[in-house]
Amino acid sequence: MTDFPLLPEQASTIAQSVDTLYWVLVAISVFFTVLIFALIFVFAIRYRRRRPDEIPRPILGSLRLELFWSITPGIIAIAVFAYGTVVYFRNSAPPADAMEMFVVGKQWMWKIQHPEGHREINELHVPVGRPVKLVMTTEDVIHSFYIPAFRVKMDVVPGRYTTMWFQPTKVGKYHLFCAEYCGTEHSRMKGWVYVMEPVDYENWLSGKATTETMAAAGERLFQKLGCQSCHRADAPGRGPVLAGVFGSTVVLATGEKVVADESYLRESILRPQAKIVAGYRTLMPTFEGQLTEEQLLQLIAYIKSLGTRERIDTGP
Amino acid sequence: MSTVLTAPPVETKTNYLNESYGIKSWLLTKDHKRIALLYLAAITFFFAVGGFFAVLIRLELITPAGDLMQPETYNKAFTMHGVMMIFFFLIPAVPAVLGNFLVPMMIGARDLAFPRINLLSWYIYMVGGVFTLYAMVAGGVDTGWTFYTPYSSTYSNTQVMATAIGIFILGFSSILTGLNFIVTIHKMRAPGLTWFRLPLFIWAHYATSVIQILGTPVVAIAIVLVGLERAFRIGIFDPKLGGDPILFQHLFWFYSHPAVYIMILPSMGVISELVTCFSRKKIFGYGFVAMSSVAIAVLGFLVWGHHMFVSGQSVYAGMVFSILSYLVAIPSAIKVFNWTATLYRGSISYQTPLLYALGFIGLFTIGGLTGLFLANLAVDVHLHDTYFVVGHFHYIMVGGAIMGYLGGLHFWWPKITGRLYPEGWARLSALVLFVGFNLTFFPQFILGYLGMPRRYHAYPEEFQVLNVMSSAGASILAVGYIIPMIYLIWSMRYGKPAPANPWGATGLEWQIPSPPPSYNFEKTPVVTEEPYVYSHEEAQVV
Ligand code: HEC
Ligand SMILES: [Cu+2]
Ligand SMILES: [Cu+2]
Repeated sequence: MTDFPLLPEQASTIAQSVDTLYWVLVAISVFFTVLIFALIFVFAIRYRRRRPDEIPRPILGSLRLELFWSITPGIIAIAVFAYGTVVYFRNSAPPADAMEMFVVGKQWMWKIQHPEGHREINELHVPVGRPVKLVMTTEDVIHSFYIPAFRVKMDVVPGRYTTMWFQPTKVGKYHLFCAEYCGTEHSRMKGWVYVMEPVDYENWLSGKATTETMAAAGERLFQKLGCQSCHRADAPGRGPVLAGVFGSTVVLATGEKVVADESYLRESILRPQAKIVAGYRTLMPTFEGQLTEEQLLQLIAYIKSLGTRERIDTGP
Repeated sequence: MSTVLTAPPVETKTNYLNESYGIKSWLLTKDHKRIALLYLAAITFFFAVGGFFAVLIRLELITPAGDLMQPETYNKAFTMHGVMMIFFFLIPAVPAVLGNFLVPMMIGARDLAFPRINLLSWYIYMVGGVFTLYAMVAGGVDTGWTFYTPYSSTYSNTQVMATAIGIFILGFSSILTGLNFIVTIHKMRAPGLTWFRLPLFIWAHYATSVIQILGTPVVAIAIVLVGLERAFRIGIFDPKLGGDPILFQHLFWFYSHPAVYIMILPSMGVISELVTCFSRKKIFGYGFVAMSSVAIAVLGFLVWGHHMFVSGQSVYAGMVFSILSYLVAIPSAIKVFNWTATLYRGSISYQTPLLYALGFIGLFTIGGLTGLFLANLAVDVHLHDTYFVVGHFHYIMVGGAIMGYLGGLHFWWPKITGRLYPEGWARLSALVLFVGFNLTFFPQFILGYLGMPRRYHAYPEEFQVLNVMSSAGASILAVGYIIPMIYLIWSMRYGKPAPANPWGATGLEWQIPSPPPSYNFEKTPVVTEEPYVYSHEEAQVV
């Protein structure tokens, strides 16, 4: 029935598996609901009071039955849990070749930037068949990026990055909603996701004027803010070489090891004193409050663009 | 109408209602039964306020465009609906009204352990209510009942402070009631009333009280922190001030998930009483039903993270919270099966309280089962913050908690007022409620899976049909609430006088007159057997 759909369109690689899981849960629920309703009806009719002074014989209970109806639902619950967790974990890490896009939420709009530099508001254009990873944050309150047709949702939290990914399978136009209540115009904080044939996507990209890629914009910022005075490209200066840092394991002054992901880079720029790289001093000035979320993302895009080489830093 | 014709028959004895008159005798009473009635009046008022906002919400959602109200007004409407219904109605409903009235009676005591504190908790409740009402008339609050930061602590410029103070104060009333029940149940049981002879209503209230005492301080702390951040810009939750917005969600749900059980457990206690009485049978598996309440109270504290699967929480934390959430479903399932089994070979009479109890079992089953969808990591990513969640918790709280409350209110109404309510009207309204409820909330499951986010003032056109169904159902539901309000009030004056035990129920409260005298029991009763002994015949083995 097209007029009365029960599911949103299935337009991503995971939609099918989530829906199958959903129908399994529906089947279990229908089974138990029908069972309980049927028992109630049958008992209520069969054992209705026939004489006002009727007193039935008591039944105390039955350990066998109790065990049966604790263990059976228990097994079903664990099975469904395991099933859901497997589907979830299978879909949780983006493939390595995913295209990266950047999302900044703001009361009440979605600002999206493509690595090539294109900016969009409340619209997201993506090619069909390619995995897309979103790195997301917000300038103000918590929002949530939700595309029902892809069965994906992720909160967008101020002060940190969250990521999500999807691989569209069907060309079309799909709803994009803000799912986390964020104030007055929450229900207008929505837009469209356009899934295009790869050629159309290329055309769309080239048809849009853009000054520079995100990494290039980041590089310019890097120069302008004087980062390169400490972070030299070739050899360690007052600060470590940033080439190759993204994705590597950084040893901190405390001896702790952390993986340098987007959130780590973000923190290193905004609050350098929070995590000091082993062998360096607390020299780096804080950039908290001096950068917009977009500028930060550009800087990170730049640092990531240096990241293809092996890390050459061996300490000062 | 002539008062001469309808004058009530002469009462021979004094009871708690006619023992003294005048407003002061009520406002300064230390009698748990009168305090229960004070609560009844207060929560009914707040229920009406909350219901009024529900009407506004359902009216707005008839059309996709946000045309009836400004977005800000709509946001305030759903916030007030949630705040009123959860904090001022559902949480106190069964414990503060039925629990207050019945806990001492069911254990053969003359009052709660601390009658003054009991009255104090009503006053605290009222002060909290006044603050919140003030917030409402002074412009309202638009954060949602969940008060998520940093929206509530920094961005919202509505009456967050007044509301927060109101809820903070209210929390103490809940803590004091819980404390009073725990001490009473421990220390004031009649001779012979051992723990495993306690009615299941008492077990449910005991478990609830434990949650109230342990959980409420945490939400109070969270609210204070929001207030501090708002007033003095101390960085706790707002990352711009160095805070962590997710911390709030942990604190909030650490209380608010168990709070769901504060709302549902007492109603479960009611259902155990109703099912046994109207099938004249001992409860099936007493120990399992009693212990499942305790299990729910304990496990309920370990599942809060299932509200945060898409908050950026680690996937492993998500996994742990998911499995714990599945485990908490098991004690609930045990209860449902035992209630159903109690009907087996019973002598079932379809009086109104039983209709509510059966409604509860059915709707709670659906509510619980849809919880399995939300506890599931992969499915919850899609369903979180959609109408599916709204449907789910209304099945638990309206289909469950309120059905239980109404069932209990009808059951003990003759004891409370000394009058019978009109059975025909009551059955009719129970039916109307059941139909209206399902029509209102079932479509929301479908809406949710289709992707309609909650708290949306305007929505895409394809969601309209289901929303219209929901609004139509809500109007039937409203009728289902108004009828009992009318006939219950009517029956207080014109209802047939009730005998001491109109249902032929076991339980100490039925052995004293209706309405009971102020001191409940003339002589402290001695208990010699388990509850629900309707027959002394030898038990049948199944
Ligand atoms: C005054 C010198 C100085 C300046 C200017 C400076 N940094 Fe740093 N930076 C350091 C030092 C020293 C460290 C290592 C100690 C630490 O972790 O704070 C560091 C560490 C980092 C790290 C972590 C590197 C790793 O290996 O884990 C990043 C990322 C970084 N800086 C980015 C920047 C960016 C972007 C700018 C410009 C906006 C900048 N820095 C400006 C001195 C500086
Ligand atoms: Cu938003
Ligand atoms: Cu929003």
